[in-house]
Amino acid sequence: MTARPPFLAKLTGRAEPDATKRRWRRYPIDPAAWDELCGALGTGLDLVSLWGEPGAVHMALREGDEAVIVTLPCPSGRYPSVGRLHAPAVRLERAVQDLTGLVAEGLPDARPWLDHNRWGVRHPLWSAEPVAADGAPYPFLPVEGEGLHQIPVGPVHAGVIEPGHFRFTVNGEAVVRLEQRLGYAHKGTAALMTGAPLAHAGRLAGRISGDSTVAYALAFALAVEEATGSQVPDRAQWLRGLMAELERLANHLGDIGAIANDAAFAILHAHTGMLREQVLRASHTAFGHRLMMDRIVPGGVAQDLAAEGRAAIAATVGHIRRVFPKLVEVYDETNSLQDRVVGTGVVRPEWVNQFATGGFVGRAAGRAFDARRWAAYAPYHSLTVEPPVFEQGDVNARVWVRIREVEQSLTLIDRMLETLPSDPILAPLGSGPAAGPETEGAALVESFRGDVFFWVRVTAEGRVAACHFRDPSWFQWPLLEAAVEANIVADFPLCNKSFNCAYSGHDG
Amino acid sequence: MANLLLQGLLGPLTEPAPDADPAASAELARLAAEVGKAARRRLGRSLSIREVDAGSCNACELEINALSNSYYDIERFGLRFVASPRHADVLLVTGPVTKNMRQALERTYEATPGPKWVVAAGDCAGGCGLFADSYACVGRVADVLPVDLHIPGCPPTPLALLSGLLGLLEVNQAPGRPLSARQREIGS
Repeated sequence: MTARPPFLAKLTGRAEPDATKRRWRRYPIDPAAWDELCGALGTGLDLVSLWGEPGAVHMALREGDEAVIVTLPCPSGRYPSVGRLHAPAVRLERAVQDLTGLVAEGLPDARPWLDHNRWGVRHPLWSAEPVAADGAPYPFLPVEGEGLHQIPVGPVHAGVIEPGHFRFTVNGEAVVRLEQRLGYAHKGTAALMTGAPLAHAGRLAGRISGDSTVAYALAFALAVEEATGSQVPDRAQWLRGLMAELERLANHLGDIGAIANDAAFAILHAHTGMLREQVLRASHTAFGHRLMMDRIVPGGVAQDLAAEGRAAIAATVGHIRRVFPKLVEVYDETNSLQDRVVGTGVVRPEWVNQFATGGFVGRAAGRAFDARRWAAYAPYHSLTVEPPVFEQGDVNARVWVRIREVEQSLTLIDRMLETLPSDPILAPLGSGPAAGPETEGAALVESFRGDVFFWVRVTAEGRVAACHFRDPSWFQWPLLEAAVEANIVADFPLCNKSFNCAYSGHDG
Repeated sequence: MANLLLQGLLGPLTEPAPDADPAASAELARLAAEVGKAARRRLGRSLSIREVDAGSCNACELEINALSNSYYDIERFGLRFVASPRHADVLLVTGPVTKNMRQALERTYEATPGPKWVVAAGDCAGGCGLFADSYACVGRVADVLPVDLHIPGCPPTPLALLSGLLGLLEVNQAPGRPLSARQREIGS
């Protein structure tokens, strides 16, 4: 954080950050202001997301408590690249180029990203012109040097995981460079949501990344509720929190075991796998679906906590509280396992600050950001979330962030069950705070993986006019490339699992 | 550590096998009629499964991974996940088959030696329509590969997956001979 005067307050004309109503207001700006913002990114001014629509490019920005969206009109289809000054924007601009055809002038890497030349259409979100789906080869970055060879991996991997391609260049055992190629799971979700009624769009939002279905459905719902000026009943807010913490708990438990398993330490995997299964079963008892898909909808929740759900959740929480400390002890005291995870895949603090990296990747390298605390959306406005922060940035630190968050989630779930008010669970959506045919809203929600950003424009008839979502992985994947450098190939699965980046969530 | 090991020995959590999916019985009966004696002999009582995510949201993968936890313990049935299509008898495919994954899926199928089966897991893989109209999706696994069995669900629960896969094992028994009691009970 620098001592320079805050940019966003100047932009928004407010001397003091508006802590009570943290809205993602949108401001049109000119190319000079765009350039000035680009130059300041990464110095306490975080790039939250970047996306395009026909004739305009948007950036979501955060600085301290302030958050805005800025819009640069570009009817000519060109705009000054953000990535030329701020590396975290490069992949986002490549995606914008693929989807809308908007050209980022000066973008240092203008290769396609999501478009593999297989869609039969170019720039599907704007001109949508038909083209041959010939699957033109992708130009990987050239690598030259004595004794180097390459290992291509994926998109079909050895394990039961999502599709993506990793191109390793290695010298003996050591990784010299990893280049990722993603986009295999691109389903055109944003295009499918556009024009859809809110209920249908919500179902799609819940399938952007299945492991974060609760977080995505919540982010979409909060954005829609802001756009429509809707009030959500208290009980629904607390049930949403309950689902979000159950999702976090299940994923963290799965991850901790899976990381140990990738270091060939299977017993921890077996035990956390049982705990994870118990959380999913309790979730099913409580909300009728193991992953709680389609339970959060704009206006509230679709299903109340089942009568036997409270007891099922409480029993599971109690059991985890008894068993988990023993597993942590085994993790911490097994030398052969510690030998693999300590000092492996180190992420430096300056990288996470530059990339505004959220979740366990950011918190394991000293960046304390947690959207539950920052945005303080309900029910977290009345709960204490203390993000666990570690400094080492290695696989071990990413495990410890998860361990501490498991413990916190148990406490949060207890509090939520105690507090659960007895309101209705669903309210009709409002008609919107602004006059005019369309209104907008945005939200930042903490998934188990990090902060999910969702922006939506809603028509008066209750349809999605435009939308954008940004998975936390956009700012984590690039750091994985950096973190594995000089590690041995055999440690890549360990590094990769400790990041556990989303493929579908990233590819959209 | 010793306690943890002991705990695993004393109280197994593994649950009894579910019945083969009755909803899929027609599909399975047809398969049973088609599977030749030679193929049956070669596949034996165990099936190696290569999972292919052809663009799913990853929810199906979460539940497929759950099959390996102690509650379901899929390996007790002779069903195991393998790392390469070269070792596989079954391709377990999820997702609405994105256009960006189509070629990789086709290549994986070609790399799998016969006799082989394709199981489409989840509603997307069966063509539920949620992603069907997308410029980026093919739609159903059956539009790309010959599908032998579809296991529905969004995502299918581990029990649904297990029922479907056990049905495949039954197909592979001599006609009229369901899974032996021993096969069902191992580990449970």
